[in-house]
Amino acid sequence: MDFSFLSEPAFSGGGTYFDWVLTGIKWTMLVSLCAWVIAFTVGSVLGILRTTNVIWLRGPATAYVELFRNIPLLVHMFIWYFVMPEMVPKALGTWMKTGMPMPEFWSAVFALGFYTASRVAEQVRSGIQSIPRGQTNAALATGLTMPQVYRHVLLPMGYRIVVPPLTSEFLTIFKNSSVALTIGVLELTAQARTISEYTFRTFEIFTLATVVYVVITLAVVVLMQYVETRIRVPGYIGTGR
Amino acid sequence: MAMIEFKNVSKWYGKFQVLKDCTTNVEKGEVIVVCGPSGSGKSTLIKCVNGLEPFQQGELMVNGQSVGSKETNLPKLRAKIGMVFQNFELFPHMSVIANLNLAQVKVLGRSEAEATEKSRALLTRVGLIDHAPKFPGQLSGGQQQRVAIARALAMDPIAMLFDEPTSALDPEMINEVLDVMVELAQEGMTMMVVTHEMGFARKVANRVIFMDRGEIVDDASKDDFFGTTRSERVQLFLSKILHH
Repeated sequence: MDFSFLSEPAFSGGGTYFDWVLTGIKWTMLVSLCAWVIAFTVGSVLGILRTTNVIWLRGPATAYVELFRNIPLLVHMFIWYFVMPEMVPKALGTWMKTGMPMPEFWSAVFALGFYTASRVAEQVRSGIQSIPRGQTNAALATGLTMPQVYRHVLLPMGYRIVVPPLTSEFLTIFKNSSVALTIGVLELTAQARTISEYTFRTFEIFTLATVVYVVITLAVVVLMQYVETRIRVPGYIGTGR
Repeated sequence: MAMIEFKNVSKWYGKFQVLKDCTTNVEKGEVIVVCGPSGSGKSTLIKCVNGLEPFQQGELMVNGQSVGSKETNLPKLRAKIGMVFQNFELFPHMSVIANLNLAQVKVLGRSEAEATEKSRALLTRVGLIDHAPKFPGQLSGGQQQRVAIARALAMDPIAMLFDEPTSALDPEMINEVLDVMVELAQEGMTMMVVTHEMGFARKVANRVIFMDRGEIVDDASKDDFFGTTRSERVQLFLSKILHH
């Protein structure tokens, strides 16, 4: 394998091919992290709503989850990028097509974020619902209101329980961000493909892209292991020590 | 006026009736033991008192307030009534002292310092002050239950409910919990206790209520309950649990 082509001047843009790789990494990180912010906040709200016994809160949240998780991610991308501008009021649609900065980036962020939110919601819900009813009763019995019970008892334990699956979800969002290349976001996989087309160094550039993905995800794993250690409850069953 | 007053309370789970026309009362300072076979509705009855279990018929007055009424502020009422559960139900992610402080600060509006002072006094009382910074998972069952009692007492309750407080404990830990409860009873706390510990009933109960299939079958003073001949159903139950 010969990686010397990376330092060669790129076909366009003034930099080297390595600069293209760096741009790809930048967009992969931006799409993934922005999408994760949406996924985590929206997913948390939906997951919590699904555990309440108020039907007009639970119902819409359930409908959201079933709708969003049952549509392929690729279709989400196309809907946000191609269909959304046609569905909103005309003036807004025109702005989305001509005036909005970085339309493919934001479409990718919303598509990935709102799709992943449906998955995060189910994990948050399972965390909350795995806590025995007795905990809620004990908290209510001391005079706490239901929102206080969520804030001080159910959520702190619920989130701790679902750190491992949430880590997987956080990793998945980095890998799923590659789907954004279909609507023209020049993230890592897209850059690798372009570089391969210009240099015919297909094997090398995809090896490099793979290594970069692995490094990013391993960094996430290390971060989440640190989080897991920090929030570990002493003496609690299931924390391992 | 009685502290807790059940008037013909009935409750259904779907078509199945779990409480049938339950009528009884608990006066201030009284200790009432509720016993009966499993599934007889004892726990459900006691959970009605602080509104953890809703009921469909009848009336339940606690300290002059109707529990079933829509106007009643349940959190406010619950803050005045301590409850201790079979499985302790301490909050696992909080230290012992934080478990005691939580509702004092969030419900009663005490300052953190005030709450801590109160909590430390109560932990000293139940003999666990050295464990204040520990987490519930690091304590034995008996210790956890004593913390749970202290947590309930931290709210300065006007009455205490105990739902089988010793049923999940190893035999050697039962007495450390019962001792705390006996002391509480002797100080004049109003208590409603679901338990099979007839020794406890003999020692401090004013009255014993016997339940079967959702009905209050017997409601007698302690001396009558243990001293005079009771109905066949009660005799059978007692013979089963008083075998040693």
